[in-house]
Amino acid sequence: MNAAASPQDFVERALSVASEPCVLWVTEHAEANLRWANNALITNGEMRSRRLTVTAIAEVAGGTAAGTVTQEIAGAEDVDAVVAAAEQLARTARPGEDASPIVENYAHHDAWAEPPETTSIDVLSEVAKGLGVAFDGAPAARQLLFGFAEHSVATTYLGSSTGLRRRGVQRTGRVELNAKTADLASSAWLGRATRDFLDVDIAEAVDQLTTRLGWAATKLDLPPGRYETLLPPSAIADLMIYAYWTANARDAEEGRNVFASGNGSTKIGQRLAELPINLISDPLYPGLETIPFVDYTSSGDETSWAFDAGLPINATTWIEKGVLRELIRNRAHAARTGTRPTPPADNLIMDGGGTANLQQMISRTERGLLLTCLWYIRDVDPERLLLTGLTRDGVYLVEDGEVVGAVNNFRFNDSPIELLGRITEIGAAELTLCREWNDYFNRTIMPPIRVPDFNMSTVSQAS
Amino acid sequence: MPQLDERFLALPLRTLSDAALSKAKELGCTHAEFRVERLRQAYRSFRDHVLETTADGQTLGLSVRVVHNGVWGFASDITLSTDSAAHLAERAVATARVSRPLTPASVELADEDVYADATWVSAYEVDPFDVDEATKTGRILELSELLLVAPGVTHATGILGYVHENKYFANLAGTSTTQQRVRLQAQLTAVSVGDHGFATMRTTAPPTGRGWEYLTGTGWDFEAEVAEIPELLAAHVVAPSVEAGPYDLVIHPSNLFLTIHESIGHATELDRALGYEAAYAGTSFATFDQLGTLHYGSEVMNVTGDRLVDHGLATIGYDDEGVAQQQFDVISGGTLVGYQLNRQMAAEKGFGRSNGCAYADSPGHIAMQRMPNISLQPAPGGPSTGDLISGVDKGIYIVGDKSWSIDMQRYNFQFTGQRFYKINKGRLAGQLKDVAYQATTTDFWRAMEAVGSPDTYVLGGAFNCGKGQPGQIAPVSHGCPSALFRKVNVLNTQAEGGQQ
Repeated sequence: MNAAASPQDFVERALSVASEPCVLWVTEHAEANLRWANNALITNGEMRSRRLTVTAIAEVAGGTAAGTVTQEIAGAEDVDAVVAAAEQLARTARPGEDASPIVENYAHHDAWAEPPETTSIDVLSEVAKGLGVAFDGAPAARQLLFGFAEHSVATTYLGSSTGLRRRGVQRTGRVELNAKTADLASSAWLGRATRDFLDVDIAEAVDQLTTRLGWAATKLDLPPGRYETLLPPSAIADLMIYAYWTANARDAEEGRNVFASGNGSTKIGQRLAELPINLISDPLYPGLETIPFVDYTSSGDETSWAFDAGLPINATTWIEKGVLRELIRNRAHAARTGTRPTPPADNLIMDGGGTANLQQMISRTERGLLLTCLWYIRDVDPERLLLTGLTRDGVYLVEDGEVVGAVNNFRFNDSPIELLGRITEIGAAELTLCREWNDYFNRTIMPPIRVPDFNMSTVSQAS
Repeated sequence: MPQLDERFLALPLRTLSDAALSKAKELGCTHAEFRVERLRQAYRSFRDHVLETTADGQTLGLSVRVVHNGVWGFASDITLSTDSAAHLAERAVATARVSRPLTPASVELADEDVYADATWVSAYEVDPFDVDEATKTGRILELSELLLVAPGVTHATGILGYVHENKYFANLAGTSTTQQRVRLQAQLTAVSVGDHGFATMRTTAPPTGRGWEYLTGTGWDFEAEVAEIPELLAAHVVAPSVEAGPYDLVIHPSNLFLTIHESIGHATELDRALGYEAAYAGTSFATFDQLGTLHYGSEVMNVTGDRLVDHGLATIGYDDEGVAQQQFDVISGGTLVGYQLNRQMAAEKGFGRSNGCAYADSPGHIAMQRMPNISLQPAPGGPSTGDLISGVDKGIYIVGDKSWSIDMQRYNFQFTGQRFYKINKGRLAGQLKDVAYQATTTDFWRAMEAVGSPDTYVLGGAFNCGKGQPGQIAPVSHGCPSALFRKVNVLNTQAEGGQQ
């Protein structure tokens, strides 16, 4: 076996040399990217890797322990070494509280025998051509263009000592285009999530940014305060992703996050929003398809999945018609609490049945702020999930249904959970790319929303 | 004194390098760099009495970066064969060709001496990977138990992370370097849940460029710190909520290091000032035209960059462009005097030589300008922390980092901390809670009235500073003394948010 061997071969090899129960997965990853600034390309690249992750399970004094080792592999020798290292780690580890038996084999429709999918720099050739035209035209428009385009394809082959074999493909693409006026006084941003770049039109994107920079021709200063605010889908995505990464059931039961309700109970069943908002994740959601089984050892909320690799990820409704319905829990915690495991999928869909687009929401705004996106979001008070961060790349004042100019940026302090309860209008959900977290979270459908009192805590001088 | 790992040295480093660089030369590249990197990482997390996560990882791969017809090209892979190395040179040239129409100016690099067959190993004693697993997990659980048995502590969590990094670098000019460094981070957090809701208190032990010895008494006294935490947490839980308004702040290095990182470290990255990060990490208010004139802070503000301080997380012998380690001034007497550079920016802006701030976090990523250790210098013979506090009539003494956020030009920031002590007429008067301080960078640093003596100096740092697209992480240290700031805006976080 050498580097030319198939990932399926590597999986079988690893299982054949394992002496402890284990679950393991090989991920073939290919990636290409372009990055540009000041109307010129600054970096580019094409990367490939093949990683093997092995979670070995061992009976140790006092219980069951797991050990996970991840490593790039080029041949059989590497495979054997990773398996041995994981087993050694498991045998010497302390027993875990989250121990569960390795996931049993179950029926599915994966195309196990198929080779890994891939990508290359060629996927970005049309983007490069579009950028070339845009760069040529930018000086005359007194614009500077910045941005990043990336395409990656990960194909995961998972096998277990219980006979489970699963294959999943995750195609991830994103393009971020940022235009600034030549004096850097105004900035506009547009992001797109894409699976193949066939739906990316750089010229059309530049036109949209030019419109936004035009809005900023009139500059207005506003003080801090609580403003009626239209948050576009990208901004809502960043806030809801943070809430998703906090939705740990065990922490809530222990009184340690915003979803705690005291005395060991959680807010499941409680109303978070007056409007009929649904928040779901679904690995099979059309256009947002993602790996439909657990191929991670911990999730963003810090739930441990070390014993749960291979578990199918089902669609989960986290919020239904404004009421919290579920939190994230692994199999062991589900067994302890008589509930079901809820592994999170790598996508998030929020919908409130709204039909208005952002322009229609602007047109019925008497006076309010329109945001572009949010940035540098961090929690200030986890008890309320109070978050801070900045507005970025364009804050516009809307008066009598029209954008009348751009205002200064703000630092906000607000809680997405409290925000849910204050939404007065929810628009039509659409595919969007979040600004802050798109390195890690690419697949979201979100609506624009209106809140009467988004808390702009201070002014930021950044433009 | 640790030696270079024989297993890394046993890789065909020179053979691969020759294959890649000779192919690059054959294809007409004017510059080519070759790297093999092996990164071993371990992470353990603990929840109350048990080990929750046991995960080790290793990244091993190679990369080629070229300048071809004046354009950068890059490619990486994991197959350590001469065919693969040569193929990578071809792929790097291919990416350069795709990029050529988008690159109006030819890449020029500042000169650097050639360092042939150079080696460097960081200052650590015991590689954590050589310590048996039971000892490592047992040590964190032992500390965790000290928290759990204490009154008022409902839960405890812990993390342990460590990295062993090997880098081989060679370029067409003839430099070849082989390096090794080790770093470690350990944190413990006590949690209190009760009628008050929940509250936490975490250790302030910084991540460090040391080995396992850090957890056995060298460089930090974990027992002593953990022993204090339950009482500190109990006092925090019952502390009064702060009244918002301007306060004089005395800031301990365990909090100030992060303010330095965000408001000085990132703001003096020249790639940000030149706009390379404009669409992502952001730019900088400290624009290049203000070099030598920007009144960044008060006269007591002296900031250096370096890649050579012992146990610094950004310390290394040679950077990822083959530039030797240096120390340089960033801010002198309150004035901006220097930026962090790589070879391309050093040439572009006429600095003559790079100050060695190129770093790639893995073999699959391009070396970019990353932060060196950026440190605020103490005042020889300066005040103690107690002296600083005694000079405050109404203020707050801040210890430990927690929440942080700063805007995309590094103007407006907001920080919280682990604990806040009220200062009343020069004396500490118990803890406060719900505190966040907000300021504009230059206002804040101009309000720095005094820096502490070398006795107050601590080398803090961050394990995973993010920057770039594709995203890269970098470890970096920041040394600083305690310091006194006058009239800084303090928020009450309970009053923030949508609740009116």
